[in-house]
Amino acid sequence: MSRLPHGGLIDRSRSVSFMFDGKSYGAHPGDTVASALLANGAQLMGRSFKYHRPRGVLTAGSEEPNALIEVGSGASRLPNTRATVQEVFAGLETQSQNRWPTLGFDIKEALDLAHPFLGAGFYYKTFMWPRAAWLHFWEPIIRRAAGLGRLSGEADPAVYDKAWKHCDLLVVGAGPAGLMAALTAGRAGKRVVLADEDFVLGGRLQSEALEVGGESSRAWVSKVVGELVNLPNVTVMKRTTITGAYDGGTYGALERVADHLPDAQGAPQQIFWRIVAKHTILAGGAHERPIAFPNNDRPGIMLASAVRSYIHRYGVLPARRWVVFANNNEGLRTAHDLLKAGAEVTLVDTRKDAHPEISCRHLTGAEVVNTRGRLGLKAVQVRLASGTTEWIEADGLAMAGGWNPSVHLTCHMGARPAWQEDIAAFVPRAGAVPGLVAVGAASGAFTTQAALRAGAEAAAKAMGVKPADTPKAEDAPYEIKPFWHVLAKGRAWLDFQNDVTVKDVVQAHAENMQSVEHMKRYTTLGMATDQGKTANIGALAVMAGLTGQSIPETGTTMFRPPYTPVQMGALGGPHVGAGFAPEQLMPADKFARDRGANWVEMGLWQRPSLFKQGDERTWRQSCDREVLMVRGAVGVTEVSTLGKIEVQGPDAADFLDRIFLTPMKKLKPGRIRYGLMLRRDGFVMDDGTVARLAEDHFVLHPTTGASAEVLSHLEFCAHVRWPTLDVQIIDVTENWAQMAVHGPMARKVLDGPAFMHFQAMEIEGVQARVFGVSYCGEAGFEIAVPARYGNALMAWLLAKAKALGGGLYGLEALNVMRVEKGYLTHAEIDGRVSHHDLGFPTPEKYFIGKDMAAREGLRGPELVGLKTVGTVKALVGGALLVEGEFSADNVVGHVTSAVFSPTLGHMVALGLLENGRARHGETVQMVDAVSGITATCEIGPPVFLDAKGERLRA
Amino acid sequence: MRLNCPHCGARDSREFNYFGDAKTARGDDFASTYLRDNPIGEHAELWQHVSGCRAWLEVVRNVTTHEVISVKEVGQ
Amino acid sequence: MRYSALEVIKQGLTGNKGWGPIWRTPTPKPAYDVVIIGGGGHGLATAYYLAKNHGVRNIAVLEKGYIGGGNVGRNTTIVRADYGQKANSAFYSHSLKLWKGLSAELNYNVMFSPRGLLELCHSDGQMEAYNRRANIILARGDEAEMLDRNGVRKYAPFLGFENERFPIKGGLLQRSAGTARHDAVAWGYARGADALGVDILQNCEVTGFDIEGGVVRGVQTSRGVIKAAKVAMCVAGRSSQVAEMAGMRLPIESHVLQAFVTEGLKPFLNSVINFGVGHFYISQSDKGGLVFGGDLDGYNSYAQRGSLGRVEHVAEAGMSMIPALGKARMLRSWGGIMDMSMDGSPIIDATHIKGLYFNGGWCYGGFKAIPASGSAYAQLLATGTVPAYASAYKLSRFETGHLINEEGTGAVPGLH
Repeated sequence: MSRLPHGGLIDRSRSVSFMFDGKSYGAHPGDTVASALLANGAQLMGRSFKYHRPRGVLTAGSEEPNALIEVGSGASRLPNTRATVQEVFAGLETQSQNRWPTLGFDIKEALDLAHPFLGAGFYYKTFMWPRAAWLHFWEPIIRRAAGLGRLSGEADPAVYDKAWKHCDLLVVGAGPAGLMAALTAGRAGKRVVLADEDFVLGGRLQSEALEVGGESSRAWVSKVVGELVNLPNVTVMKRTTITGAYDGGTYGALERVADHLPDAQGAPQQIFWRIVAKHTILAGGAHERPIAFPNNDRPGIMLASAVRSYIHRYGVLPARRWVVFANNNEGLRTAHDLLKAGAEVTLVDTRKDAHPEISCRHLTGAEVVNTRGRLGLKAVQVRLASGTTEWIEADGLAMAGGWNPSVHLTCHMGARPAWQEDIAAFVPRAGAVPGLVAVGAASGAFTTQAALRAGAEAAAKAMGVKPADTPKAEDAPYEIKPFWHVLAKGRAWLDFQNDVTVKDVVQAHAENMQSVEHMKRYTTLGMATDQGKTANIGALAVMAGLTGQSIPETGTTMFRPPYTPVQMGALGGPHVGAGFAPEQLMPADKFARDRGANWVEMGLWQRPSLFKQGDERTWRQSCDREVLMVRGAVGVTEVSTLGKIEVQGPDAADFLDRIFLTPMKKLKPGRIRYGLMLRRDGFVMDDGTVARLAEDHFVLHPTTGASAEVLSHLEFCAHVRWPTLDVQIIDVTENWAQMAVHGPMARKVLDGPAFMHFQAMEIEGVQARVFGVSYCGEAGFEIAVPARYGNALMAWLLAKAKALGGGLYGLEALNVMRVEKGYLTHAEIDGRVSHHDLGFPTPEKYFIGKDMAAREGLRGPELVGLKTVGTVKALVGGALLVEGEFSADNVVGHVTSAVFSPTLGHMVALGLLENGRARHGETVQMVDAVSGITATCEIGPPVFLDAKGERLRA
Repeated sequence: MRLNCPHCGARDSREFNYFGDAKTARGDDFASTYLRDNPIGEHAELWQHVSGCRAWLEVVRNVTTHEVISVKEVGQ
Repeated sequence: MRYSALEVIKQGLTGNKGWGPIWRTPTPKPAYDVVIIGGGGHGLATAYYLAKNHGVRNIAVLEKGYIGGGNVGRNTTIVRADYGQKANSAFYSHSLKLWKGLSAELNYNVMFSPRGLLELCHSDGQMEAYNRRANIILARGDEAEMLDRNGVRKYAPFLGFENERFPIKGGLLQRSAGTARHDAVAWGYARGADALGVDILQNCEVTGFDIEGGVVRGVQTSRGVIKAAKVAMCVAGRSSQVAEMAGMRLPIESHVLQAFVTEGLKPFLNSVINFGVGHFYISQSDKGGLVFGGDLDGYNSYAQRGSLGRVEHVAEAGMSMIPALGKARMLRSWGGIMDMSMDGSPIIDATHIKGLYFNGGWCYGGFKAIPASGSAYAQLLATGTVPAYASAYKLSRFETGHLINEEGTGAVPGLH
């Protein structure tokens, strides 16, 4: 056991057990999986991506590249979770990943032996012959070897939520700087959100032996947090990562609500927040960086800051005999803390002029040149200042390579960070994200005192208030002397997860992949799950050394959102599955549901497709019956999905005359006209009927699918193009229920207006608008009543229709009838047809799109009707019309809509055919190569029934 | 991105529909329909607050930084 | 140096010290026969084919940053040829043929992997529209098939068949479509062109054209004046700015398109899935990351980053169609600047200035177009004519109305 007898933020009064790779381990609340495994003496936690090298933890935070595990089981299994972040709870199940058969014995570790042949970009240079071998042999091998954890493949059972939050000040990170910033703004009554990714607030104040204001840093944090959570204007969000900075002061934030609980108990697993902040203070601290030396990746080798975290926060001493390898004063601090915890320590400092005052062996001007121990560190080889080397037995090695401010969020809007020579690190560029200021370690100020002060002052400045008093704290100098990698034989890791070593960067340089972006892409450095948080700067430094340029000349590091990876489930939130798009229901939806309709989706609308009766087994049986019913007696269907747009005002007629190709000025009140409107590029936008209710009052009925576009177009024309026209537009689509009643008996249901006439009527005491229009080719009406009367009107109409031998019909039958009549849908008006193609003449008057429609290229395939010649299997929507042999060059058109007409007893289709109008009476081949169906079709006008419209006017 | 709608206040851009270059929006000749300056930097453009008041807005925006420089209702 | 397994082994045994530069770093010459502006996939491919197919060797590719830094390295790596419009179908069909032999052609493994692409359909109307596409593909002699619901279930059992909002009716499957390693395409063409003597000049930004009496004489660059008999623009994403220096106003807007990748995962998704209704497409890279994308952010932009609203929408669509994605973490998102042309299709043509040529307007289709675009543009530069498979991509089509509008959305670039 490696648990220290005292200390840590763990609840020693309680014990929980959890599973890792099928074995049970004891832990305390407050432990992470990583701290608990270390406390149990287990250092091996993962395998690297490429060479499957055994790995332990490198860090104690979210930047962990090595210790990735699968959490949970079954459909809830979550891969690639950082063991350093996952909190332990009773019954937690975890396992290692990317290894087979076991973590300790992974067959693919053999790849490590083959490393000379698997260097940077080796796969670009081989596997090319024979061609099929790549897809069928090499690539499957590579794919199986690659990847990290496993998705379950089952639907994620967790529930997620999303929400908005607004504040005056967003504070990112609750370390010393963040706490002081929140305190300053919070005391002044500002709306503050304080978010920290950790489940404990305080940042490094919980991981070091520090004093603040004369008390332990931990006590100070408790006091401040206690005050903040009691301020009603301050929201403290633990376990909440600010994932990205977006335009307009908008930030993404992931709150892990229940990842630390055995059961969410009805709460969402995670909530994805969009936080809109007037000001933001980035107090996200810094990440320590490793030093590259041969075999620096063994279990037991970790960052010095992580070692101190495990000691102070978790009460764990991860190893007994330590080598601390440093290029700055953090080495001394770590050695002190290790000694105090009872460890043996050798301090190796690269700085020749360092004079650490410490009671352990210390070597200055020395370097670690190699390590031993396959599954756990056993010994460390040190090269002394004199040049002689020496093996030191050790099971722990702490690396203190300096600190990188967490500049990540400041890169999200495209700004590159700036190099600061005295700390040998990139710092946020001022103004990188409008409204955001970085303070404390995130800005390169690494002492506690500086962080406390900067947090208070930045918040005071942003909010225009007085800063909270800064308590006294540690202000020790940092004194880094940049040292990036040890020159010695062997592979020295830069990117631990992706197995990118100094040698790979050297090779990239030799191959002229010298631009930083080329180097990264070629070696895959920085592409791992940690986005290179611990890797990028070291690699830049190596490349800088090779090119002879300074680090900032060589390039910068860029980070893209999210800061740490975010589960797709959280980003999707509740807007998935049925919640992905709203469902629009028609006013008489219930009426149709009660009568057992089949349903079909049209845009967002749900519409009845047919009403099955008796022993009808196929949709065609129901559809044919419904068509014959309408054509023979009377049918009723709801058409409320049609757009209903009112246009009013003295200039309404003039306005619509410009909108429509069809002249509208002379339309008389009480009359209806079919109209075609073009986009400004001259192609047809939509068709529909226009009713003139009064001199200055029109109702438009655009197509269901196009009504949103048409509405916007009308509003644009009224408000932007012709603002001087006195015209108002209002969308009343959802205010009216609209029912169609058609058939030879329709007039017996209602004695309404004549064809293409409008009449305001009273039906059972309800004011109705009755339009003498038809989309099926039979006489009848569309009757609109206020939406709340939808069900009642349907009941009234159906009772009357039934008495006449009629009944309900659905969209399938309507579609058959409109094809029989050659009426259009967006299968024909597909955004590529012109009014010429549809057979409409060009009027003299102006209309939108007139000039553009006159272009030669807008005379394309023309709308025709297609009838089968002889017996054929079928006409097929989406089939091609072909002249001669079936080949791309011989395609002369396509079938837009094809249906079986029960009225005529054969299939009929509409199509777009080159030069089609001149070819009436000729034949053309229809080819559906997909199904192998071909048919000879007779070309004719696009109408198969009642070409003169006599039934309409009956 | 957030647009400050003169009627509704500052709202996320997902409430708005984009209509493009304000200079060419009003015409339906060839140049207006098809040719664009497509500048880097400031761009005057039309947006409609479709999920709000449905007003048409003329927005001046820096298309490189996404800074919104001004928002006014068309014709105001 | 010729690449092969043997060479990898040989170098491995000798400490990998013998690998030479993949391309040289030459100093600019005062004059070239052809100057290609833009060291992206299209520019490099053009240089390669110009040298390889037409024997032109005195070529420079001018790149303002590092080669392959634009959209060739910022896309979702999908290669497909399932277009419905004749011109696009001809072009992308040809491109797919070139993709198949590309690794061997370049002696560089671009990892083209024809793992299949499935376009999902959710309504009868969509089934018919895709049936038409399938017929057009078949008419060209390529392969495509329509799957019904059961066929889709068999092919991709992890899809959200429980989704009642957008029930899966079927789909178009193109087995010969797939993915490739995007960066490798730029590097492979660069290496191939360099070996044929092409000068690749990085950090060389064009700042102006030298045009006399309607004839181009060369370009001014951040590294001095370079004379050239022919100058070829190939700068999708920045086309308007470069063309403006030659006094041209283009039918193009610049929009941002985001792409995303998850953390590495063991093999989960073998093919490319396109959920068109939700604007979502996804594949899994050889490294194990799920690579996916969505719709344009919808407004003019030159910022290589996108809005949070679009990020969320893409995740919503992905979760709706592949419910197991909930436990995958999005690792990184990035944006590319698209040349969105006014009809959604590209332009490969001569300009009104003699010796000046234009290639751009690639919208979503740029990556998969690279081989065909390069070879067509090279032929235009060498012979003055565009091969038949790309001859519809004329700059004049906007005036004549011979538009190639795959989506049918009209002159609204943000909707293509």
